[in-house]
Amino acid sequence: MRNFKAVLKRELKSYFESPVAYVFIVIFLLATSGCTFFISRFFENRIATLEPFFIWHPWLYLFLVPAVGMRLWSEERKSGTIELLFTLPITLWEALAGKFVAAWLFIGIALVLTFPMVLTVAYLGSPDYGIIFSSYLGSFMLSGAFLAVTCLFSAMTKNQVISFVISVVACFSMLMLGVGVFTDFLNRYLPVWLSDAISAFSFFTHYQGFQRGLIDSRDLVYFVSVIVFMLAANALVLERKKAE
Amino acid sequence: MIAVQSLTRHFGSIKAVDNISFTVDKGEILGFLGPNGAGKSTTMKMITTFLPPTSGTATVGGFDVINQPLEARAKIGYLPESSPSYRDMNVFDFLMFAAEVRGYDGDERLSRVKKIMETCNLKEVAYQQIDTLSKGFRQRVGFAQAFLHDPEYLILDEPTDGLDPNQKQEVRNLIKQMGREKCIILSTHILEEVEAVCSRAIIIGEGKIVADGSPEELRSRSKLHGAITLELIGVDARDALAGLEKVQFVDRVTDLTPSEEGGSEKNGKKVIKMRLFPMSGKSIAHETASFIHQKNWQVDGFTVEKGDLNEVFYNLTKGGVAR
Repeated sequence: MRNFKAVLKRELKSYFESPVAYVFIVIFLLATSGCTFFISRFFENRIATLEPFFIWHPWLYLFLVPAVGMRLWSEERKSGTIELLFTLPITLWEALAGKFVAAWLFIGIALVLTFPMVLTVAYLGSPDYGIIFSSYLGSFMLSGAFLAVTCLFSAMTKNQVISFVISVVACFSMLMLGVGVFTDFLNRYLPVWLSDAISAFSFFTHYQGFQRGLIDSRDLVYFVSVIVFMLAANALVLERKKAE
Repeated sequence: MIAVQSLTRHFGSIKAVDNISFTVDKGEILGFLGPNGAGKSTTMKMITTFLPPTSGTATVGGFDVINQPLEARAKIGYLPESSPSYRDMNVFDFLMFAAEVRGYDGDERLSRVKKIMETCNLKEVAYQQIDTLSKGFRQRVGFAQAFLHDPEYLILDEPTDGLDPNQKQEVRNLIKQMGREKCIILSTHILEEVEAVCSRAIIIGEGKIVADGSPEELRSRSKLHGAITLELIGVDARDALAGLEKVQFVDRVTDLTPSEEGGSEKNGKKVIKMRLFPMSGKSIAHETASFIHQKNWQVDGFTVEKGDLNEVFYNLTKGGVAR
């Protein structure tokens, strides 16, 4: 536990000691509010809901989360610090979890900093705070799933750019499986049960549940198991590739 | 004690380390010698639990590197090749992180870090980002990290690589000083370093141990070992050659006198240089000296060669180098 905390603190600190953190937070805040106000026309809608805000999160995370996570392991492998890390008395899981949670918390901090949106909508009308809460939770879970995917690909390569690109593509696929355009397309050629099963694997499908104000245990279990599965795969990859 | 038992590591079809066994005791400083790619680093990576062996194992202080890696790691201080560190951190934070993971907290953690920064002369750069430091300082940060918990076992992969001569000397002194109560393995391809620091040397070539012994023992394998280099003033080279060859136990004599233009002179007389090789296992110093005395030759230099580690190294590993 202490080692988990030590890795977590070191990792989190290194975000804030480099400009990455500030660039990420500023871009995330600008992009979320920009999309909400200028594309979704939050004011013109005259509805006291944050739906036009949360609807953009999957698409912004698609690029921003891999940007946060791409360096997690590829940098360690490239600079050789991985040799240092895994010859210290730390277990693989402590290191893995420490790094993942640090990056996830960092995204969480950025997400918390969007609170002026909540204040705005509360000032303008009387929103359903339950939905806002569940939407935030869903958004956080979604970012965790994206991050776990990114961690996995980050462990596979020493090159951050490759790790970024592959992570974006993988996250995009996981998202698209459940997006209307794609499911309609599948429905035309596949039996309904099969296309439903495919879209049930999508990040998007499970994210939508939270947007409707439902905290469904199935959705939570889905995201948690995606994260655990990806991290387990990550551990396997690290075991095999750390010394290369 | 570090005990390495039939350690083997393959990378695909290449045998990087091939069935290596040895033990190192407390108080020993073992130098790991070998050409680049001979398997020095790979062996060290396996002893430090970083790389799982294909077969065989090693124990560090009784802990098996495969089954008890955490216990083994806790006993080891390791300086990986080119001393990697988290470049975006400053020296103090980095060492505090290492101390935390090594199990220190509160005041003890702080005092450990402060003490090690003093030992390694890092105080002046404590709050500088590691990225901005010179190679020498970065190497010291690596040392500080490895020595922090006062480990019983030190594994140092090319500890003086990239340092200037003064820094090299500093590091060697530090290692010698630590070597008294610790068990140290260091790898290097600098032979003088082995002679200066190590109590024992293992030469590996193509993943196998090709020689194991004290630097003196290894040197004695050299053809040059026991040979005598003579400088004589005003003696005719042919006379000298003919005479010296008859000295008891002398196997052969070679003329090392530089050619006409390069030859040196003393008091207007020519200086010749001869090298006498003894028959194997014989000492010829006394015989040679009495022969010269008898001839009443004027001697300018008389050196009994200890042997050349470079030559031994070359002969034992040239297969690997040529490849």
